[in-house]
Amino acid sequence: MKRRFTPLAMLALALYGALAGHTATELRFCLRADPKTFDPLLVDDGDSETIRYLTGGVLIRINRKNQQATPELAASWEMDRQGQRITFHLRPNLKFSDGTPFSADDVAFTMKRLMDPATHSPTADTFRSSDVPPQITVSSPLTVSILFGAPVAGLERLFDQVAITSARSPIQTRAVLGPYVVEEYKPGAEVLLGRNQNYWKVDAKGTRLPYIDRIRLDIQQNRDIEQVRFRRGELDLINSLDPDAFDNLARVSPHSVVDAGASLESEMMWFNQVPSAPLPAYKLAWFNSSAFRRAVSEAINRSDLCRIVYRGHARPAEGPISPANRFWFNASLKPHAYDVASAKRRLEGEGFRLRNGLLYDREGHQVEFSLLTNAGNRNRERIASMLQQDLQTIGIRLNVVTLDFPSLIERITQTFNYEACLLGLTNLDLDPSAQMNVWLSSAPNHQWNPNQKQPATAWEAEIDKLMRLQASDTQAEARKRAFDRVQQIVWEQAPFLYLVTKDSLTAISPELQNASPVALTPQAFWNVEFLRKRVLTAGNR
Amino acid sequence: MRNIVKLLAPRLGGLAVTLLAGSLLTAVLVRVSPGFDVDERELDPRLSETSRMAIRQERAANGNILALFGNRLSRTVLHGDLGNSPSLNRPISQLFRERLPVTAQIMAIGVAGGWALAFALALPTVLCRSRVFRGFAGTLQQVLMCLPAAALALVVFDFGGPVRALVALVICPRVFEYLRNLLVEAYAQPHILTARAKGLGGLQIWARHVLPSVAPQLLALAGVSVSIAFGAAIPVEALCDLPGIGQLAWKAATARDLPLLVAITFLVIIMTQVCNAASDWASFREKQA
Amino acid sequence: MKRSQLLAILVLVLLFVTGVTSGFWHADSHSRQFRELPGAGPSAAFPLGTDELGRDRMARLLFATGISLVLAPAAALASTLLAAFAGGTAGYFGGWWDRCTVRIIDLMLSLPWLFLLLAARSLLPLNAPPAASLVMTYGLLAALGWAGPARIMRAGTLRLRRSDFALQASAQGCGEFRILWRQVIPNLKPVLLAQLWTTIPVFILAEANLGLLGLSASEPFPTWGNLLRELQNPFAVRPETFAPLAVVMICVACFKLTAPPQELSS
Repeated sequence: MKRRFTPLAMLALALYGALAGHTATELRFCLRADPKTFDPLLVDDGDSETIRYLTGGVLIRINRKNQQATPELAASWEMDRQGQRITFHLRPNLKFSDGTPFSADDVAFTMKRLMDPATHSPTADTFRSSDVPPQITVSSPLTVSILFGAPVAGLERLFDQVAITSARSPIQTRAVLGPYVVEEYKPGAEVLLGRNQNYWKVDAKGTRLPYIDRIRLDIQQNRDIEQVRFRRGELDLINSLDPDAFDNLARVSPHSVVDAGASLESEMMWFNQVPSAPLPAYKLAWFNSSAFRRAVSEAINRSDLCRIVYRGHARPAEGPISPANRFWFNASLKPHAYDVASAKRRLEGEGFRLRNGLLYDREGHQVEFSLLTNAGNRNRERIASMLQQDLQTIGIRLNVVTLDFPSLIERITQTFNYEACLLGLTNLDLDPSAQMNVWLSSAPNHQWNPNQKQPATAWEAEIDKLMRLQASDTQAEARKRAFDRVQQIVWEQAPFLYLVTKDSLTAISPELQNASPVALTPQAFWNVEFLRKRVLTAGNR
Repeated sequence: MRNIVKLLAPRLGGLAVTLLAGSLLTAVLVRVSPGFDVDERELDPRLSETSRMAIRQERAANGNILALFGNRLSRTVLHGDLGNSPSLNRPISQLFRERLPVTAQIMAIGVAGGWALAFALALPTVLCRSRVFRGFAGTLQQVLMCLPAAALALVVFDFGGPVRALVALVICPRVFEYLRNLLVEAYAQPHILTARAKGLGGLQIWARHVLPSVAPQLLALAGVSVSIAFGAAIPVEALCDLPGIGQLAWKAATARDLPLLVAITFLVIIMTQVCNAASDWASFREKQA
Repeated sequence: MKRSQLLAILVLVLLFVTGVTSGFWHADSHSRQFRELPGAGPSAAFPLGTDELGRDRMARLLFATGISLVLAPAAALASTLLAAFAGGTAGYFGGWWDRCTVRIIDLMLSLPWLFLLLAARSLLPLNAPPAASLVMTYGLLAALGWAGPARIMRAGTLRLRRSDFALQASAQGCGEFRILWRQVIPNLKPVLLAQLWTTIPVFILAEANLGLLGLSASEPFPTWGNLLRELQNPFAVRPETFAPLAVVMICVACFKLTAPPQELSS
């Protein structure tokens, strides 16, 4: 019985395919590792984030191209003047992937679970402006409003990270509202996504989206293998390519690689200014001197870093905000100039003396410090080696120390037994409010001197004030003015020396249409529902 | 039978002691290694103070060696439940189930390929008088012995070679060296010389006389080569990103994943002890004979 | 001595001398970056070309060779002495001490010592010279690498202990330590020497493997293992990037060729 059925069914399928002019298409690319969770509220790693982006439906989506908040599940929304209450008007007649209808109750359910301290959701922390739990009111099946305990800066944009889960679906978080749904997960091997038959979006002609039927995500940690497979045509795209790989692919097929310009990723270094750090007092005195920090910064040849380490696919960095972040970038800032003479002048002004090519401080200590970075990151190790030679020109001896990541984190967050550190920085969020924990002097991620009781310096006090100001204001222009000033202060005082902003490098198969890689994650597939794959052969799986 | 029991009883006792001491030592080693108490997630500026505290508590809970051993060991022994890997957020037994076949395959290809290659080189070396072949086999063996396994892996990988067959290249020279000496000795035995002089077929001599005389040593060598294969699989997997136990060990080490590492140590100790036992048993049989 | 062995010794001496003296005639250039010439091919100025940062590959290779040829034998010596002590006493005294030692050897061979290597760099002072971290790497290899040889030493001692002359000496009322000192150790010398000589290439290969995994000395400092990391980038692979691998192979081969014959232990 079964035997007879199968050919028949295949024939029917083939007929259907021929009539509909449609052969199942599949998008293939790689995840770096197994997603740690499929629960959209618990996501805190990049691979789970990818799954959430492809499967989750959100109320408001930040358009990755124009960086504007656009309506998604919410047809519209309004906020009160303080940015404390937001009211969503939902699209009618939407269904989850399993057919359960979508309503305001689901939004309320998701928000309640998200904000529940027991959930430990990293996404929730961005909403947490006060200890008071938000009040959620469902006034009609399509209207829900959320009142937070205190104003939340940039509130609407935060909903880009909140995938709505169903309150009633028997399959709970596996019922989704995004373009795809997880069909199969083989740990260590692959995640298979199928199209969400109930996805609401249609294109201009009224065709149901997404265009591509399936997404196969191979779990492949090795980037070299990933490139080889891309060249063989087994993969359709690669996000965030390594500059070496980019150039190599560009040689083979120049049309398949895209340099989308500055990304949100940068490399930076900073000096340890923690007063209780187990370092000699004279070293802490150097590190606390802004003239010393600026001198070091001016001795660094950033364009050499971009040219040699990144093969030209990077640009000297101006500050904490990349030019890719169009609204918040302070365009009046230029990267610290490479100027050895000026660096020497600054050092002399601080009482440093150059003798026989070596720098000594006022008390006669030779200037030597170590730079910590994580082992195994090829580019970072190269940067460290180049800094070593750059600093030699102003008489500073730099010792590079590479440690594995946990050891490094312990030193920079707990023991403070380090002198300087080189690390990368990725701003996932465009809004500066996400960086409160970096800039507030009392915050734990204020790396150069975290958890201060009182701001140690006047400029840190000013940053504290400005950051609080921008967080409590809802007028974009006022917030922008405040944060521009923060960037200005950071540029002047150089607590972080920003080195380079990396370019966003992607590879896209020529078979893929409508792709338009951007600087923001997920660079190559931000518009996944609109991606189309040219069907080349009948044998296409 | 009694002999086997006599041989096995102290082995099992020893195995238990080694297992316990080994896993305890591993746990202590991981616990005191720098970076155990921190979590990468703490660098995420979005986290609030409460989330940060929760992360620290979770790590502290995993770092309690006594609790780990008190609870875990009994559950492992009684229910075969190896617990959860905190860094990968998955049950360890599941991780083992999906990764053991990969490592087993690499080892199997390695051992089988290595032995086949070694035999193909050693038999002609012993039997035929061609100096050219002898020189070739010897040089090949030397070259393979002189290459760092990890570099070999990279070179093969760079040129798109079969990385899964790499372990064979690590095992082959070691087996070859021993095999050649063994065969030289075997073929020099008077009765085999006589048989060859009388014109007995090569295959017959091999099957009737040589093989029985070298079998126990071959078995012992097989045991050793399995543990060499395991040792070589780890860097190969870690460098070439093959999803096996070796790569898992590497990941666990860099993430300071205590429960996972203890479980892997368990596995490694059992592996090596079983291999040792196999070669001991072989030499025991030899002594009896 | 065979001609090939003479040649091997000559090569080793040559590599050792050029390596150790490379610092004098290549002053400091192992770390100097010629930034206009990154990834350049071989030329008169740079016989092996430059690496991705424009550093003279030849100078780096020679420097690494010198350092490794000093440190690897030193570490091998330390580890052989350890092995001789542990294996020798275990084999000679037997009893619980022997059983303990065998267990410890078993344990040593099955623990994830990688951690010690990870932890080691963290224990060094921050501004320790990079050479110190290489010394540390080799020191750890010595501290961990004794277990295998100790087994062989134990077997050798056991055999000697049961040999006729030891029994005779014992019958004539010779003390335990005297037998150990006067009879057993002198007879173990060839085994010791063979062990030492075979441990050197083992350590050289171990450092190379560790370097490839990023566990040897920090990056700007050239060691054989660090130089091999260039092979990790399949796009940068060119004939001259294999030079470090060739030198490692030649050194290991030379050590193997000149190794004193070792008794076959089955």
